[in-house]
Amino acid sequence: MAAPSNPLEWPYPVEWDETSSVATDVLVLGGGIAGCWAAIGAAKRGAKVVLVEKGATITSGAGGSGCDHWESAATNPCSRVSPEELTEALIDGHGGYCNGISHYIECREGYDRLLDLETMGGKIRDTEDEFQGAEFRDEDSKLLFAYDYENRFTLRVWGSTFKAALYNECRNLGVKVFDRLMATSLLSLGGQQGARVTGATAVHTRTGRFFVFAAKATVLCMSRPARLWLFSPGMPGVSEFRPPQCNGDGHAMGWRAGVEFTMMEKSVRAEWSGDRSFPPYGTGNTHNTWYACSMVDSTGREIPWADRDGNILIDVSQRYRPAQGQRLFLKGGCEPDVPTYEFQGPDILPVEELLQQGYKLPFYADLSAMSELERKAIWGLMVGEEGKTKIPILENYTRAGFDPDRDLLQSYGEGWQSGAFPPQERQLFGFPGGMVNDWTLRTNVTGLYAAGDQLFASNCHGHAAATGHYAGRHAADYAASAPEPATDQDQVDHEKTRAYAPAMRTSGTSWKQVNASIARIMQHYCGATKSEELLTTGLDALRDAKDGEADVLSARNPHELLRSLEVLNILTNAELVMHACLARRASARHLHFMRSDYPEVDPPEWYKFVTVRLENEAAVEGELAIDYFGSLKENYEASNGDYVGAASK
Amino acid sequence: MTDELIYAFPEPAAAEPLTFDQEICIGCNTCVDVCQADIMVPHPEYGMPPIVLYPGECWYDGSCVRVCPEPGAISLNSLSMNRVHWKRKDTGEDFFL
Repeated sequence: MAAPSNPLEWPYPVEWDETSSVATDVLVLGGGIAGCWAAIGAAKRGAKVVLVEKGATITSGAGGSGCDHWESAATNPCSRVSPEELTEALIDGHGGYCNGISHYIECREGYDRLLDLETMGGKIRDTEDEFQGAEFRDEDSKLLFAYDYENRFTLRVWGSTFKAALYNECRNLGVKVFDRLMATSLLSLGGQQGARVTGATAVHTRTGRFFVFAAKATVLCMSRPARLWLFSPGMPGVSEFRPPQCNGDGHAMGWRAGVEFTMMEKSVRAEWSGDRSFPPYGTGNTHNTWYACSMVDSTGREIPWADRDGNILIDVSQRYRPAQGQRLFLKGGCEPDVPTYEFQGPDILPVEELLQQGYKLPFYADLSAMSELERKAIWGLMVGEEGKTKIPILENYTRAGFDPDRDLLQSYGEGWQSGAFPPQERQLFGFPGGMVNDWTLRTNVTGLYAAGDQLFASNCHGHAAATGHYAGRHAADYAASAPEPATDQDQVDHEKTRAYAPAMRTSGTSWKQVNASIARIMQHYCGATKSEELLTTGLDALRDAKDGEADVLSARNPHELLRSLEVLNILTNAELVMHACLARRASARHLHFMRSDYPEVDPPEWYKFVTVRLENEAAVEGELAIDYFGSLKENYEASNGDYVGAASK
Repeated sequence: MTDELIYAFPEPAAAEPLTFDQEICIGCNTCVDVCQADIMVPHPEYGMPPIVLYPGECWYDGSCVRVCPEPGAISLNSLSMNRVHWKRKDTGEDFFL
């Protein structure tokens, strides 16, 4: 029903200024994939667990509505690569700028999480024998593979069944789930920046009630920052690839609490936003969910595929095989964003080359040119199970008459994209920055753990699941012997005043105006090419926006307060990114980072992680060796002596 | 501020992501419960379809449609600018979503 034009009386109880206090062993902030797994991991360790989610845990998060492929399941029984080999490939594929710890956890434990999901009711294998006889199916286990059919470490899955299963498991394990609660700050011992985290505050997004959580251990499981460069005032919900409330609240809270970050200087030219492109996976392409779809040009001429050496591939099956002499290739979300020859997979020839050869635009996906099982694996399984494809793509296109057996779906961009972005429009995609972690996924702050997109060089669903569970169980272990958390009342009072401020004003600026200002500042001062003067002026511009607009933000109800607090976090994240960009005084190819005042690309002395954190409200720079995580297998085993995964039982 | 009445101010819609068939919808508000962006509120009148207060904040994931116990009660509409094109291979006939 369309919204009426007159104001409505607020439909929920109004509880401004009322406060609830909750104590727990482990507090999980964020109820997406990583958060649910963290709660499950901690609860199975015997901890009392509270999960706080801004939306609805049953659907929330970037992976809430689906997942079509599970990457890096290196311990599945059909895999022909070891977790060590695959993690090293991911590290090398990103020029070293990768989280060796979190990706080893993903490679080592990801398949355990899939087996867990199966016991919860999630579908991970072809139990109905729909794909019997397909070359991407193992007939014994009924597992289906994607991308590299020889090495079999990425699995096609029915991820639309996952989130409800995780939610139910949380409930079954006694996790206390608080939906519609926006966490606003981390509490710390004595209210000091960088001191042990002792809980968090939150505001109810429907009633406005204030919550104070006291916890022995806290796990941050929120999203990577978003809406920094990209914002659509008319359709803010599709400003970015991920859902509108996945905007990086955890990064902002962590920064204010003194957490150390790295790789926050990395941003890539934007790849997807609702303003510029069609819905993800909704147009013809050859990547990710649509890998390795056949394509034709506008005259019906088939577009050739080639291996990394330019050898033309004759049949569809070859698109799923490494090249002659190649050990394995990386595809899907873990595809290196700067191609690395060693792991480069098959692809269609570059568009420019095709045009020179006389191929005519536009190009189309031609599913009908593939075998029935390959066609069904793309259209029906992957388009259907991935992200938000089930209703807006599979169901709506089918209802409108699209028939994959007969129709050619137009392509609108290169790679997986369906639009072209100018260089100053940027996004945190492709292993972006985040919190620094140790081998227990603890941050530099005692009592505070991180998982999923909260970590630096994070990736997609399997990474979120594996690191979530891992952080949850280590947080529970810490909580088992941690002292009781002491809440600092002054800090709570201060936060309450800050968080409610927009609701106290009867007039002022709207959150959309502030978000639009931030995006403009980031495009102007933190675009493709950066310099000290641009960045310091950008920090001034952000401060000016804070004083001029953010400090007069006005919210007329709890929903508007939620959006206002988000935009204050986006402002904080913009500052964090500017500080990180200032700290790396060199250009770096794999970080997509170009400084006009330091134009030399990848000078050896800057081959390291540059870190930033707040101390006494001032940004402090630091560094870590590029291989600070040490030996993967040895360090993992030293930290997880008592872990027995489902795959090894 | 506790005692003051507060209001929801419906946004002028840049798009209409959801339409409800009032004949089919039973007003159970399951869709309101699962929407992670919280774009709807229950209708003040019992049994009526919810009100889409914040249409611009829709993420178009279709969770509302998936959980709806009355098939056909909710339609997730594509943004009009997303009328993707396809072509029938054997006839060359053009179609737009």
